[in-house]
Amino acid sequence: MVTGKGGTGKTTVAGALALALAGRRQRVLLIEVEGRQGLAQLFDTPPLPYAETRLAATRGGEVVGLAVDAEAAMIEYLELFYSIKRAGSMLRKMGAIDFATTIAPGLRDVLLTGKVKEAVTRAGRDGRPAFDAVVLDAPPTGRIAQFLQATQEVAGLTKMGPIHRQSIGVMELLRSARTAIHIVTLLEEMPVQESLDAAAELRRAGYRIGQVIVNRARPELVGAGAPKAAEVAEGLAAAGLSADLAAGLVAEMIDYGTRQRVQASAAAELVTIDAALRRLPELAPPVDLGGLFELAEALELDEWLGRPA
Amino acid sequence: MAGTAGVTAARGRQLPPLFEVDALLKDPEIKVIVTCGSGGVGKTTTAAALALRAAEQGRRVVVLTIDPARRLAQSLGLVELDNTPRPVAGIANGALLAMMLDMKRTFDEVVLANTTREKAEQIFANPFYQSLSASFAGTQEYMAMEKLSQLRGQLVERGKWDLIVVDTPPSRSALDFLDAPQRLGRFLDGRMIRMLSAPARAGGKAYLKVVGASFALFSRVLNRIVGNELLGNVSAFIASLETMFGGFRERAEQTYRLLQAPGTAFVVIASPEPDALREASFFVERLQAERMPLAGVVLNRVRRVAVDLSAGRALDAAERLAALEPAPAGAALAQAALQVHAETAEAARQDRSMVARFAAAHPDVPERQVPALPTDVHDLAGLRLIGAALAGEEP
Repeated sequence: MVTGKGGTGKTTVAGALALALAGRRQRVLLIEVEGRQGLAQLFDTPPLPYAETRLAATRGGEVVGLAVDAEAAMIEYLELFYSIKRAGSMLRKMGAIDFATTIAPGLRDVLLTGKVKEAVTRAGRDGRPAFDAVVLDAPPTGRIAQFLQATQEVAGLTKMGPIHRQSIGVMELLRSARTAIHIVTLLEEMPVQESLDAAAELRRAGYRIGQVIVNRARPELVGAGAPKAAEVAEGLAAAGLSADLAAGLVAEMIDYGTRQRVQASAAAELVTIDAALRRLPELAPPVDLGGLFELAEALELDEWLGRPA
Repeated sequence: MAGTAGVTAARGRQLPPLFEVDALLKDPEIKVIVTCGSGGVGKTTTAAALALRAAEQGRRVVVLTIDPARRLAQSLGLVELDNTPRPVAGIANGALLAMMLDMKRTFDEVVLANTTREKAEQIFANPFYQSLSASFAGTQEYMAMEKLSQLRGQLVERGKWDLIVVDTPPSRSALDFLDAPQRLGRFLDGRMIRMLSAPARAGGKAYLKVVGASFALFSRVLNRIVGNELLGNVSAFIASLETMFGGFRERAEQTYRLLQAPGTAFVVIASPEPDALREASFFVERLQAERMPLAGVVLNRVRRVAVDLSAGRALDAAERLAALEPAPAGAALAQAALQVHAETAEAARQDRSMVARFAAAHPDVPERQVPALPTDVHDLAGLRLIGAALAGEEP
């Protein structure tokens, strides 16, 4: 699972992670659940239907994308698990689908995580798992705990019956060693604070934090100490540039230095999460497929997971 | 300062009109300002900055935020916000009250306001209600609308404040906020409500006659899926809520009309990033389609340069300096300055092109750019700076 504060690039990182896994000859399912068609944007394809669609193939592996739609997931779920035919039209008439997917969005979260479990445990024709890995572009840090805990909530509310058993099964998977929650952050105060809060909350609730992925870190360019305009002006003159630029450049340096200090203290804060840290370079937006491969490389999965067999 | 204006003008495009923030804040006809946009674009900070600026220009403002990260509390230097508007200290003029939506408490208030004490206690004790009101996501949208209605009502009745600034919930999509009241209405009009409340209302088997065979099937299905106990709780909950549902729906519709009324202004907020701008586009189009009053778009955290020199020329000069033997005076520092400038200029170029694309797609929407600050804002002084930038004052 890949989470992160809004605007940190979690969808991009989820895409890069899926590509990196595919590069290790894996068949990867990349799921989005927020109805934003972020994967289609990222892989430059038409909007994804609620059907598994190949997004990319590389080095003997592939990335299959799926935009989960709560309504369709609910109907599928009912037909699959309870062999209820025409469940959709009946429930829609009753207003039950509106109820489940919009009025009580907790149920929506249950359906979405249920779909993730189905994909993880699905067997292919040869009896082996249909996917080697499932990457979920999960809800943002502010909602992730609530998203995962909704199933727990339902398990508590139902006490028995198939929904209860299903919920327990999903919770077991989400809390098992097979699930890791990666947190994407920028080196800025708010995203780092939310990352710390989310990591603590998730751990308290029994989930496992994978890696903390620092996105768009800027290079360290400015040393300590206030830059002197006169000194910059001398250097500029030597480079054949107007010394008049010095004041503006110094202002930019001071600004950049402040950001650099914010980055450094944010990085120091992040260490307290006590998880492996990985840095990704800043790419010019919008990130295209080429850029995504570049980020996939930068994730250095071989170092992280060991060389593939 | 090299801004967006030069680039778009050079391509011969019409510049979008400027979003005149002070004119909006000073307009006594404007009673409600709603800020919306995707997560991470500085929505809460902008709402607080708008509220503070309006207050210091003499209005009595209440700012409502719905954010679990308690960011507004941080920006306003408050430790705790609860469901009651509390005065913010240190305001130079006017009055600023701030509150954070307590979802559960608002839900409880709605129940209490619409039913007897005894019935309310029954509802509070119902496990389904406890889950729905406290932990299920998305009730936020309804409760935000509910709270907005309450605050608006108090404005009319008691006149404690004359402007309400609402920060929208950090929802899945910014549009959820707009859709919530209508969805609630659709749900309440649906048969589901009648079906679910039937058992508790009629008791025993009698209800089967009332609703017929399709319900018998539906009920069996539900029982099989969720179990008898939950169904019973849901049924009891909905039956006990029945009396107040009429009130709920009426107010949901009222709030929707309130959002369309001329006294309301929407401010759409984005940062110069593809996702945030896409979301802002959806929102702008939706507001226009629904005839909701869009006041303008704020483009937050736009990175700018202080010097008119291209990134390429800066890097060339840095390389020339590095090659000089022996290094002239100031070479090392100037090199660092030129590298910083190249980074900054490249970032500014990206932001400019993002903003220009958005402006091209929405040429009639008033727009205001707020330059990126090197640090986050968490005090009134910082909010004043943002407010000044929103009003177009150069630092």
